[in-house]
Parts: sequence; structure tokens; C-alpha cells
Amino acid sequence: MAKAYLWLLLVLLYAPILIIMIFSFTEAKVLGNWTGFSTKLYSSLFAGNVQHSLISALWNTFAIAMLAATISTLLGSIAAIGIFNLRSGARQTINFVNAIPMMNADIITGISLFLLFVSFGISQGFTTVVLAHITFCTPYVVLSVMPRLKKMNQNVYEAALDLGATPFQALHKVIFPEIRPGMISGFILAFTLSIDDFAVTIFTIGNEGLETLSTFIYADARKGGLTPELRPLSTIIFVTVLVLLIVINKRAEKQKTDKIR
Amino acid sequence: MINKFSAFFMRRKNWAIPYVVFLAIFVVMPLLLIVFYAFTDAEGTLTMANFRKFMLHPEAINTFVYSIGIAIITTLTCLVLGYPAAYILSHSHFNTSRTMVMLFILPMWVNILIRTLATVALFDFLNFPLGEGALIFGMVYNFLPFMIYPIYNTLQKMDPSLVEAAQDLGANPFQVFVKTIFPLSMPGVTSGIVMVFMPTVSTFAIAELLTMNNIKLFGTTVQENINNGMWNYGAALSLIMLILIGVTVLFSNESDGASNEGGVI
Repeated sequence: MAKAYLWLLLVLLYAPILIIMIFSFTEAKVLGNWTGFSTKLYSSLFAGNVQHSLISALWNTFAIAMLAATISTLLGSIAAIGIFNLRSGARQTINFVNAIPMMNADIITGISLFLLFVSFGISQGFTTVVLAHITFCTPYVVLSVMPRLKKMNQNVYEAALDLGATPFQALHKVIFPEIRPGMISGFILAFTLSIDDFAVTIFTIGNEGLETLSTFIYADARKGGLTPELRPLSTIIFVTVLVLLIVINKRAEKQKTDKIR
Repeated sequence: MINKFSAFFMRRKNWAIPYVVFLAIFVVMPLLLIVFYAFTDAEGTLTMANFRKFMLHPEAINTFVYSIGIAIITTLTCLVLGYPAAYILSHSHFNTSRTMVMLFILPMWVNILIRTLATVALFDFLNFPLGEGALIFGMVYNFLPFMIYPIYNTLQKMDPSLVEAAQDLGANPFQVFVKTIFPLSMPGVTSGIVMVFMPTVSTFAIAELLTMNNIKLFGTTVQENINNGMWNYGAALSLIMLILIGVTVLFSNESDGASNEGGVI
């Protein structure tokens, strides 16, 4: 009975995704029309001749996510080390400001950054989107690195300095290995947040014709129809994420059992 | 010079400085700009006209109230559907529950617009009319995982001996739930409520897609004004939304200090 309820919810949750997947194997322009099995949408997605803008939107999304996640991981990790060593008053203030982009609605973050860029006459495009993504990604990096710092033995860094290491060497050889797991999970989180973002992007992307996957889908949907190639694309993205999550989970489980041994 | 520079960065607390500068420019200043734009007109003179316009504009007020109503209904539906799911998940066998939890979180990683369009496709497929019902169902679809996960987290961390104690002291299953389990899961419930209420009350594109532009939510109003160059009025509307969000967050912090335990990360 209880299990049945869970399965019912799952069926409901997955029904839309399944529909997309099933109809990615047919040629019909309109979703819901079955015109026989075909993999034409997949091949035309990879041929790239039909939907050049879709491919460039995909590429932009990936490039923005890569840049934003890398920069936020560096900025956030260094910041976490700094914040960790602050007096508690200053630390609490920074932690509060750090929480704002996480607590705030995406639309407000987007509009506030839009106003920042227009007020200073900065033309919007690739750079502003990356900056905006760094803004809402870095807080998550800070939060995932902080627990690693708390766990670490505080005297090791001082010991390294006493033994003649420069602060940079001590960072590289002592602190960095300790916080690396936090940095990695922060990076993954930042990357997925960036890929998934729509609300902040739409306000900071400007109107120079730059598109990410989200803004492309949005523009496409407003025109009425949905580009048929989005069906195979969503299917591929979904399956990739599914496989990645299973791999990450299996890895985490394996690490756990290894530790127990 | 270089020595001074390295001496400065010897002190680890100074490593926070780059991020503090970044936060000041990209978090604090933009929010102050919203306030500034909200209380000025296009020429930059101080005015309350933007708020007066909102107050005197029945359509804007109606949209605002309507959005809050839709968000409350969505949140409650998610709570009613999600709580039992979280409860069952927290009580099932460890291995199956891990996989099940993952299955519930997985849809969150699919682009929200694709998910919404898929929902539209499903409704189309079932001949379900695109309107208010579709709007609420669609948003429940989108945000249900955000309700289940935090509740599951707190339920899972709960000390089972407290439940046993309640049973030993003669409580029937209903009393055990109402007096012990539910109060102990409150941190998860409040963070679930915040995590569903906030995106639903501020959503804009999703509503357009789910209702074929027939129903307008407050988020859409805000977006339209900003897009049409009405920055001052748009900023005033954003500020109103910001205050609503601030109140929600404060309420959740107030009602439980340990609410971050149920957080999603």
C-alpha cells in the first residue's frame, strides 16, 4: 500500500519526461502525434544543419557553466578560508550576505543584476551572464567548503609555516588537500545550477542574440511550437544526468564501504 | 612592495577580502539599486509614485493577491502529497530508500523549462485543459521534490527511541504521529514550505507556458515592466516581492532555529 503510493507519485512525476522520450523517436512536428518509429530527430540533431542556433545555444550553456563553476570554486574556496579565520561578528555578517543569493528568488537576483549593469552602462552579453552565474553559484561553494575547514586540524597550517613553507605552499600542500572534496562537490553543484538557470540568465543576457539552452527553449516555446529536436536533446540530457548520478552515488557508497573496512 | 603584499596575505582572514568586495558589488549594491529605482522616477527624483501606481492599479493588486493564492495552494498540495511520501521513504529499507530518494530528486536536475513543456505535452496528450488547474498541477510537478527532500531528511535523522517512548507511554498511532513525529519534523516542513512557496510565488515563464498566456502571475507582471523599460515601476514591484520573500524567510527562521538542518544540501 505504502509502496504503491510512492510508485504512483513517481509515475506521475516521470510521465512528462517519458512522453518526451517516447516522442523523440518519431518525426512528427507536434508533440503527441505518433507517425511511426524513426531516429531522424537524433540524426538531424547531430548533423547540426537544421538547428544551428540550438547547437550554439548548447555550446554557450556549457561554456558559461564551465567558466562560472571554475571561477566560483576558486573564489568561494579562498573566501571560505578567509571567512573561517575571521572574528565571529564579521563572519556572521559575511555569512548573512552570502546567504542572500541562495534565499532570494531568482527573478529578484536577475532584476537586481540587470539594474546594476544598466546603471553602470555595461553592455550585456556573455560576460554579464558569467558574472551573474558566479554571483549565485559561489555561496554554494562557500557552504560546501566550510565544513571541511571546520573538520581540519588548525595547527597543521601553522606547523607548515613554522617549518618554512610560504603561505602559498602551505595552502597548496596543507589546506588544499583537506578541502578538495568540498571544492569538488561545490564545483558540481555550481555547474548544475548554472546549466539549469533560466531566470537570472534571461535578465542578464542582453539582446545581442546570445542564447543559452534555457533562453532558446523559452523563445521557442513562446513562438508556439517546440523545435522537435529538443525532444532527443532533452532525452540525451536526462539519460546523461541519470547515468552520472548513478555513478556518483555508487562511488559514494563504495567510498563509504572502503572506509568501514 | 611584494613583501608587503605577501605579508598581507600571510594573514588568512584577509583571504576573505576578494569575496567581500565581490559580494558588495554583485549582491549588496544590486539590492540597493532596486530600492533606489523603486523610490525614484525616470529622472532620478525621489518619489512614492511607483508604489501609488501599484496601489491604484487594481490589475496589479489582483495579480499579486492571485499569485499568493496560487502559491499557497501549490505549497499545501505539495505538503499533502509530499509528507506521506517522505514518511514512507524514511521508513523503508535502507538500500531501496536510497534509490527511491534519488528517483524523487532526479527530476529536479532536468531543466525546469523542459520539464514544464513536457508537462504541457502531457496535459495536451490527456486533453486536460490548460488553465488554472494545469497551472497548479504543473507547479506541483515542478516543486514536489523540493518538499519531499527536506522532510525526508529531518524524518530520517529523527531519534526512533522517541517514537518508541511515546508508544510505551500509551499513545495510539495517531497520537504518536500528531504529538511526536510531526512536531519533530517541523524543521523539514518549514524548509519545504519555503522552498516551494518562494519559487512558485516568484515564477514567471512557467505560468505563461502552462496556461498558454491566459493567466498572469505577479512574476510575469514584474518581468514585463522591466522588459518594457519601466525600470522604476518594475523595481518597486520587485521590492514588494522581495519583502514578501523576506517575511517568508524570517517566518521560517522564527518558527524553528534549526531549520537549516532540513536544508536541501
